Amino acid sequence: MHFYQIIAEIIFWLLVLITIGGGFLAIGARMLIHSLMGLSITFLGVAGLYIYLGSFFISLLQVLIYGGAICIVLVFGIMVGYTPRQIVETRIRGENLLLAVPTCGLAVALLYFAIRRTGWVPAAQRLADYSIERVGHTLLYDFCLGFELISLLLLVGMIGAIIVVNSQEEESGGQ
Amino acid sequence: MDILSNIPPHLFRMIIAVAVVLGFVFANATVMGYLERKLAGRFQRRLGPMEVGWHGILQMPVDGIKLIAKQLIVPDNVAGILFYVAPLIAMSPVALPFLVIPFAPGLQVIDLDVGAIFVLTMISFNTVAVFLAGWSSNNNYAMIGAMRAVAQNIAYEIPILLSVLAIGLMTNTFSMKGIIEAQKSIWFIIVQPAAFIMMFICSIAETNRAPFDLPEAESELTAGFHTEYSGIAFSLFMIAEYTYMFVNCCLVATLFLGGWKGIPLPFGDYSSCIWFFAKVYFLMFVIVWCRWTFPRVRFDQLMNFAWKYLIPFSLVNLLITAILVKLL
Repeated sequence: MHFYQIIAEIIFWLLVLITIGGGFLAIGARMLIHSLMGLSITFLGVAGLYIYLGSFFISLLQVLIYGGAICIVLVFGIMVGYTPRQIVETRIRGENLLLAVPTCGLAVALLYFAIRRTGWVPAAQRLADYSIERVGHTLLYDFCLGFELISLLLLVGMIGAIIVVNSQEEESGGQ
Repeated sequence: MDILSNIPPHLFRMIIAVAVVLGFVFANATVMGYLERKLAGRFQRRLGPMEVGWHGILQMPVDGIKLIAKQLIVPDNVAGILFYVAPLIAMSPVALPFLVIPFAPGLQVIDLDVGAIFVLTMISFNTVAVFLAGWSSNNNYAMIGAMRAVAQNIAYEIPILLSVLAIGLMTNTFSMKGIIEAQKSIWFIIVQPAAFIMMFICSIAETNRAPFDLPEAESELTAGFHTEYSGIAFSLFMIAEYTYMFVNCCLVATLFLGGWKGIPLPFGDYSSCIWFFAKVYFLMFVIVWCRWTFPRVRFDQLMNFAWKYLIPFSLVNLLITAILVKLL
């Protein structure tokens, strides 16, 4: 095998290891913060895998938005929402199993059907380009409805956050 | 022998490039450390370091040797591995932006079509390191410093991205080389003065330097997030800070000051490189100047400034740019 191919294989399996290992750390860690670190490691691994799929732009956005912003916002949520002692002592393992198992099952099932239905072409044989123009065109022309629905989802999320905060303030006497 | 001849020359080139970049990172930190102390002295009508070598020029290497030789003091109950990993996370992404920075027409490793975003991505990674350092130190001051750093970096990343986006709308590319080529006739500082000012303010805030150095405000938080770090771990944070400063200034110089372009100098191919470094180090001088001239702002002022002024203004700026680009 050629030297480059060996290096590429090694890096690929390292990235897979990072992704899966981060996932295990995220669900298995004792502390909430360690789970978060596991999550961010997973995001980085996925970003590396995007490079293997040929899209540097998506990979950068994965690092910038998920690895950077989302994780930092989660950190913020944890730090604002809990006292330091609570952060250390909170055990999230085994809670909400009733909700978690069906959700995960549904997600796995959906992914399985999506994977089965897709006609896979190896990345090396595809000749499409993944520049910013192509990504923008795909998002705003071909999949416009999905794109807009996601922004609607974000709007609902923001309104929900406002409602949750407001109702909590009323309960605690409108501080 | 067979394996050795199979190794492609690119690999050696890569190793040499990594060594050169790391050498530059350390040299930049040394020079900037010396300049900062000397300039701070001058701004405060002192002489600055004078004892070691001619006008104290050997002060930083001597300090560096001291910091490397010092014992690493680890307090009780730090959060294990995260405490040791934090300075490494601060240090490791600093070399990557050098891949896309165009020092001269022929002196750029790769010309990515998303170069500017790549640099911003790597800069944003510093937040994670700062947060981890503060959280794992088991120290209230460090924790408060980390929380401030996180809030500040979230707030100030948005106007930076919006300013870069305004430039992207005008040039139709994020490639660093393409942006410099687009400034052939006129620098973007003249076309986009608002974006330049906002981007420069935000890059000072992103590198956690005064007047925005709330995460390490020494009069309130001893040293903020790196209170518990000593010796080489502390110096890794400092080196990372100076390198992020350099990278930020490179980005601003590329986006707004025409990169390597300037009045032709009699040095042949070297003149463009000299222009680039002159611009970058001038911007760094301005940052040091700001640090020793302006008082530190209060934290609520800092957040208000970002959310109430910078973000709306940069959105309006983006909107006006989009309309003008469409019309013209």
